[in-house]
Amino acid sequence: MRRVVVTGLGLVTPLGGDVETTWKNLTAGKSGAGQITRFDPSDQKCTIACEVKPADHPYGFDPSLRVDHKVQRQVDPFIIFGIDAAGQALEDAGLTEMTEEEKFRAGCSIGSGIGGLPGIESESLVLAERGPGRVSPHFVHGRLINLISGQVSIKYGLMGPNHAVVTACSTGAHSIGDAARMIALDDADVMLAGGSEGAICPIGIAGFAQAKALCTNRNEEPEKASRPYDRDRSGFVMGEGAGVVVLEEYERAKARGANIYAEVVGYGLSGDAYHVTAPHPDGIGAYRSMEMALRKAGLDASEIDYVNAHGTSTMADLIELDAVKRLFGDAANSLSMSSTKSAIGHLLGGAGAVESIFCILALRDQLVPPTLNLDNPEEGTAGMDLVPHEAKQREVKAVLNNSFGFGGTNASVIMRAV
Amino acid sequence: MSDTADRVKKIVTEHLGVEADKVTEDAAFIDDLGADSLDIVELVMAFEEEFGVEIPDDAAEDIATVKDAITYIDKQNA
Repeated sequence: MRRVVVTGLGLVTPLGGDVETTWKNLTAGKSGAGQITRFDPSDQKCTIACEVKPADHPYGFDPSLRVDHKVQRQVDPFIIFGIDAAGQALEDAGLTEMTEEEKFRAGCSIGSGIGGLPGIESESLVLAERGPGRVSPHFVHGRLINLISGQVSIKYGLMGPNHAVVTACSTGAHSIGDAARMIALDDADVMLAGGSEGAICPIGIAGFAQAKALCTNRNEEPEKASRPYDRDRSGFVMGEGAGVVVLEEYERAKARGANIYAEVVGYGLSGDAYHVTAPHPDGIGAYRSMEMALRKAGLDASEIDYVNAHGTSTMADLIELDAVKRLFGDAANSLSMSSTKSAIGHLLGGAGAVESIFCILALRDQLVPPTLNLDNPEEGTAGMDLVPHEAKQREVKAVLNNSFGFGGTNASVIMRAV
Repeated sequence: MSDTADRVKKIVTEHLGVEADKVTEDAAFIDDLGADSLDIVELVMAFEEEFGVEIPDDAAEDIATVKDAITYIDKQNA
């Protein structure tokens, strides 16, 4: 099997419109949460979210940097975030100019959990109120999940595999894992891989609130609402944004002198086969996903230094934590594990990709990001370093990202320094 | 320049994201302004909205330039 490395990163998050701004804010312990501004949320049970900030904000996102004006008008936010993050990653990798031959071997695997929910909602209202003749001709391709990969391939001329994962909150991790395999199996030499989400709209918030997944009791203190592992946690805070990496075949990256951030060494996948929204109470799916990733990586559990947990700030936090304890044994006490959802909220289909990038930056800077608001750790977390409140400098040689999604779908990605 | 012309040009400029000085009366949507067939559908919808006219599909097919649009709208509103 061919080796696969990461040579480019791109982020659009509630803490920044690029990688370095996001990372600086994240490791400084900032929160991206606030009152929802996209629409009037006053009749909702949940009125808060972690929104990507507008261009004039100190750490805002300017869609005009990489997304054509016409495209911006035609597509949903998740596609705009995805195109920009993909562009950042390609620029970072120094691969915006490739030969025709190289482009045949360069592809996209950028997915989303929900896709164009805001546009589906608003055009449905147009249909109901004004009839089918007023529905936008861009309705379908402006909402479809694979249209990040489609748009990015058109913009940069990438003619290799064009794919899009849809596995709810595991999307980003599956995208990276699957794309790495495409390179390992010689389907491509370069893949843009990641996930994006932009579902902060009335029906998105209402839907998750009705499913009892969102935090609804801290509308007055949004920055305190996402508190993984804390005994007073009460649901997740919706986030939005995108993370995309450039994956590249190792020999090719080395030959062209690329900056290599990390190698993707392990990937595990499993299904809970249990419940549509709740994880298996014994964490069997999470355990098997991590166990497979470790086995593929050929690493001993004690070699993992940092785990970026799925940790959504729900009851499920401890199920994942218990699975980590069982799998890692004594080694669980020497690793650091944090949930960055405490700062940027839950990016759903974008989460696994954004958080994998945080893992890579932890490797780069030997710095692990914190779990905010962990004031009173839940019983059962004792002995584990959950990196409360503040980022922590430590040795980081190998990292693991977990992502678990509705439907009982689990993915784990392990990366390490080359 | 007529009021219709101004309003048509404004819509075209906004929807196609082109520079205003390129949107002359002789400019063809597809050949000169980079529109595709879906953009034309969207433009026609925007004209209908702005001017309160109905532009059936067969009439829309004959609207290829900025001037075609202005002429059709003026005729409907005459």
